[in-house]
Amino acid sequence: MGLGRMLRRGALTLGALAAFGFAFSALRATPALAQQGQPIRIGAVLSVTGPASFLGDPEDKTLRLYVNRINQAGGINGRPIQLIVYDDGGDANRARTFATRLVEDDRVVAMVGGTTTGTTMAMRPVFEDARIPFISLAGGIEIIDPVSPFTFKTPHTDRMACEKIFADIRARGLSRVALISGTDGFGQSMRAQCQRVAQAAGITIVADEQYGPRDSDMTPQLTRIRNTQGVEAVVNPGFGQGPAIVTRGYAQLGIRLPLYQSHGVASAQFIELATAAAAEGVRLPAAALLVAEQLPQNDPQRQVLIDYKTAFEREFNQPVSTFGGHAYDGLMILADAIRRANSTDGTRLRDAIRATRGFVGTGGVVNMSATDHMGLDLSAFRMVEIRGGRFVLIGN
Amino acid sequence: MLAELLQFLVSGLTVGAVYALVALGFTLIYNASDVVNFAQGEFVMLGGMVTVFAVAAGIALPLAAALAILVAVAVGLLLHRLAIEPARGASAVTLIIITIGASIFLRGVAQIVFDKRFHQLPAFSGSDPILLAGAAILPQSFWVLGGALLVFLGLFVFLEKTLLGKAVLATAANRLAARLVGVDTSFVLALSFGLSAAIGAFAGILITPITLTSFDVGTLLALKGFAAAMLGGMGSPLGAVVGGLLLGVLESFAAGTISSAYKDAVAFIVILAVLFAMPQGLFGRRSVERV
Repeated sequence: MGLGRMLRRGALTLGALAAFGFAFSALRATPALAQQGQPIRIGAVLSVTGPASFLGDPEDKTLRLYVNRINQAGGINGRPIQLIVYDDGGDANRARTFATRLVEDDRVVAMVGGTTTGTTMAMRPVFEDARIPFISLAGGIEIIDPVSPFTFKTPHTDRMACEKIFADIRARGLSRVALISGTDGFGQSMRAQCQRVAQAAGITIVADEQYGPRDSDMTPQLTRIRNTQGVEAVVNPGFGQGPAIVTRGYAQLGIRLPLYQSHGVASAQFIELATAAAAEGVRLPAAALLVAEQLPQNDPQRQVLIDYKTAFEREFNQPVSTFGGHAYDGLMILADAIRRANSTDGTRLRDAIRATRGFVGTGGVVNMSATDHMGLDLSAFRMVEIRGGRFVLIGN
Repeated sequence: MLAELLQFLVSGLTVGAVYALVALGFTLIYNASDVVNFAQGEFVMLGGMVTVFAVAAGIALPLAAALAILVAVAVGLLLHRLAIEPARGASAVTLIIITIGASIFLRGVAQIVFDKRFHQLPAFSGSDPILLAGAAILPQSFWVLGGALLVFLGLFVFLEKTLLGKAVLATAANRLAARLVGVDTSFVLALSFGLSAAIGAFAGILITPITLTSFDVGTLLALKGFAAAMLGGMGSPLGAVVGGLLLGVLESFAAGTISSAYKDAVAFIVILAVLFAMPQGLFGRRSVERV
């Protein structure tokens, strides 16, 4: 299936190349004249199939949907967008090959995509060398810290999730925290970030337990945490079904301390797997998209979120996810920057993206700078609590 | 302290019972053919997934469970008929590689027929934990332990008290001699596949309310079940049961008392130590050739 899709895409791209080949030779000869009405070529390498398909698939759908919408509204500065998407299947090697193809053969002016931190890091040098702006949709903080001149990202980081959780714990007057983390990539990365920011947030980590991503019972680890002196709250950096089993075990052992999950499980499926009874009272930081309807009328993000949600769900008849939202933000930030720069030159475009101020996206209000290539602050995360099987927004 | 140890013990026994059932499946097929069937974990997956989807379609739980076992048995028999039987003359290693292929194939089909998400099944008799000497035990744990006990006893009666069971034992002891006295060894092998599949699916149904299930849940269970079978002694049904329970308890105590990050390492170090001292496993047959 994956291969067939790839081949089909390959054929499409070839066709597109042939069609625009002539235009391109003209474009290189007399740029200023030929650019009028010519498509702006934007590339995307996404993990549409494979293990990260639950991230890549909504990203792919979102990009196609909104490129169509922009083109129907007359394009950017009178020029339509031509989107070129490759599916890396979650494989960093293939991602890099496609990145090279986007730069050398497709000659894109910018790139939106890179579904996972792994594929993003593999592709980054290609775009840095070519001096082409690259807006990644992956979570890892290493993508933008330290800042690389041409690389940006739209999703919030796991460090921010830790800070948001710790701030909420402090607001409850608590400070002694037990961690129970998955040994998968997501769990380990967030565990490390939580340990790093704990001290600055006024948090002491008094227990540090781990479980395998496919483990079926976490009650031994939870029993240890319960028997640790002075634990006041428990944080579970994890992803997939592990946090659901942790939550069930927590209820089984009757532990009464506040339990915090990560943004990695911010979906209705988590409540279904953990069961509503066990998940009652669990808190987690989530993107505002999860609770769009509950936002107050004057919230700057409210309208953007509801518009995106309505458009996506009407088009694809499936629930919207925050991952597709990251792609929306990436594309819109780029479109805005091209409009302001009135140019597709790599460096000018990069400067325009850096100058993004007050952009309201699904992930938050974005204020980029030369030292911050993500532009989000902690207000991008909303603290939600599970009550009666639903996510309820609680005061920030 | 006692409550804590009891908590670890019950947790370990519950998970260990599932390892034991998977190890039993390995043992049955190994005895009939010298083949280690690495698609054993996929039977567990089928048991859980078919039940989840049947229940979601509105079928009552007991019926759904029966359906899941039937589907798994059918897949087990087909696996034998289409993949193992045609390669009858091949060496055991070739057959083992065939089962690995079958396992990957079954996982792929499950992804398409079902989906890639995790699924849960409501516990059979509520999920309010029972407090026992300070330990909180899920009612489902008793279902798992009781169900496993039922399988162990049933298998024991079948092997020791019925003619067909004797034929299975005879095939395990000496295939050529069994064939000479009129045992249809090919039928015994098919029976072993069917029985293994049924046991695996049964384990999958019992454990799903605790562990959740997905198309790839079988991979790790097959690995753990294989380790349990090696620990107990490949080919010994009693060894499979003891090995499975021991592995589960080891993991649980290692996670609860030593280090949760290295619990798998602790369990495997113990297994290595046992195999170093007793290469045949705890209850394995000594491979001494009598002349």
